[in-house]
Amino acid sequence: MRNVWIIARREYKQFFISPVAYVVAFFFIILLGYFFYSGLVDAIAYSTYYQTSYVPGPEIVTGQWMVILLVFSMPALTMRSIAEETRMGTMELLLTAPVKDWELIVGKWLGAFLFMLSLLAITFVFPIVLNSLVNPGIDQGVLFSGYLGLVLMVASLVAIGIFISSLFNNQVVVFFISLAAVLILWFVLRPLGTSTSSSGNQIITYMNFVNHYINFFQGTIDLSDIVYYLSLTSIALFLGTVSIELRRWR
Amino acid sequence: MIEVEGLTKDYGPRRAINNLTFQAEPGEILGFLGPNGAGKTTTMRILSGYMPPTMGVARVAGFDVVDESLEVRKRVGYLPETVPLYPDMTVFDYLKYMADLRHIKNAEERVEDVLEIVHMDERANGYISNLSKGMRQRIGLAQALLHEPEVLILDEPTIGLDPAQIREVRKMIREIGRQRTVLLSTHILSEAQQICDRVLIINKGEIVVEDTPERLQAGLTGVQRVSVRVQGDGDGLEKLISEISGVGRVSTSHEGSVEVECAPGKDIRPIIARNLIKAGFDLLELKSIDLSLEDIFIQLTREEPEPPSTDDSEEEI
Repeated sequence: MRNVWIIARREYKQFFISPVAYVVAFFFIILLGYFFYSGLVDAIAYSTYYQTSYVPGPEIVTGQWMVILLVFSMPALTMRSIAEETRMGTMELLLTAPVKDWELIVGKWLGAFLFMLSLLAITFVFPIVLNSLVNPGIDQGVLFSGYLGLVLMVASLVAIGIFISSLFNNQVVVFFISLAAVLILWFVLRPLGTSTSSSGNQIITYMNFVNHYINFFQGTIDLSDIVYYLSLTSIALFLGTVSIELRRWR
Repeated sequence: MIEVEGLTKDYGPRRAINNLTFQAEPGEILGFLGPNGAGKTTTMRILSGYMPPTMGVARVAGFDVVDESLEVRKRVGYLPETVPLYPDMTVFDYLKYMADLRHIKNAEERVEDVLEIVHMDERANGYISNLSKGMRQRIGLAQALLHEPEVLILDEPTIGLDPAQIREVRKMIREIGRQRTVLLSTHILSEAQQICDRVLIINKGEIVVEDTPERLQAGLTGVQRVSVRVQGDGDGLEKLISEISGVGRVSTSHEGSVEVECAPGKDIRPIIARNLIKAGFDLLELKSIDLSLEDIFIQLTREEPEPPSTDDSEEEI
């Protein structure tokens, strides 16, 4: 366990000297700020037009744009992780140090996960601003469940990125395959036809990456959603460990 | 310290090393010699716990490299062929990270100690990307020494260094080798001659010969060679020398100078000198030629010419 922490700490620090991480963080926050702003403007326009008092809630922060930005940031932040070690030959160093393969993968994952959590923490500015703008304040339950969902989603996103990074030596390849993997989990896994009751469609719906976030986003914390993201994270980390082990046997 | 038995590694259909068997005693510096692609790096990677062999057993410091890989890795310092460094870290941070991964107590002190050993203490706070090749090599060596390993595995430790640095690294290795077992690979033969207690020549994945550098030089060739040079064009020199008893082949290398082969164990130089002077030659030089490890190496690893086969010619048509 100590090794996990040592590796995670270095990974985390490494993001702060990596230009890629800064560029990703910059665009992530700028774009999210823009969408937050336009969400506010839309809300004002909506309530003026319909003469109602529509009050925007946390969903204008934790909504679809947040998910899209996270999905696109992830590959850029995790592509380096293991692919770069392989390319530079430092993998030989880590694999001959007294570190277990799973400790290496989990450490890598934890470092990147913590960095993405730091990004998420910065976005917390937006709900605070929103809270001071609307009366009587925003629904804190929805805000909390939304962020819990985001944290779980980021955990599984990063795990997928780390797994893909352990498969290839080329960062560009890793970037596109990680992105493709998440987009497949998101868009391709849609029910076939209209019957939602068939067991096949139920499985497909359950496997969809973003479906499970919708509950959190709406303010419901469902155990099955938590289990989904945690299982996805564990499976990806397990596959990453297997991929490192297989690398030794090649 | 290192026991290897029947070690074999296949990369797909290609056999990188075949049935290697050798030992290294504590406090011994064992040189691993061979042309590029002979299987040196593969063997070292197996011994360092980087990858498992296809067949065979290897034990390092009493632990099996497959079943007790972690125990082996705790006791081995390994410097791979491409020095594994993070260019965007400082020297100190890099070594501190490696020391932490090896759970070294007082890691910072130990890092300072190894930096002193490799004479890099002044560059501790510099970024690795700004270091020269030789300095990087030394940082790699420092990394391998951090945990005071019982066994040190160095893959071409002097490659890419300038002569002064080479000399320094060799001295360092010799010093380190007094207390530890060192396995180092090289294709520079004089290096093996200078540093190693024992040499293992490997070619195409198989051990060709295993001996001390001195014994290799003396015993392997079966002939002793003497070079003779006289003033003038040396007419009749070859004939005169070949008439001396005990002399084997005589060949003129260039005008006025010949190379003489004779059976080992008997010095024929006095007889040659006497005969030449008696015959009126002005003797300029008379010396015995030591076969260098270089020659032995080439002799042992020389590719046998393929016998011409009749099938080939048919295929070509």
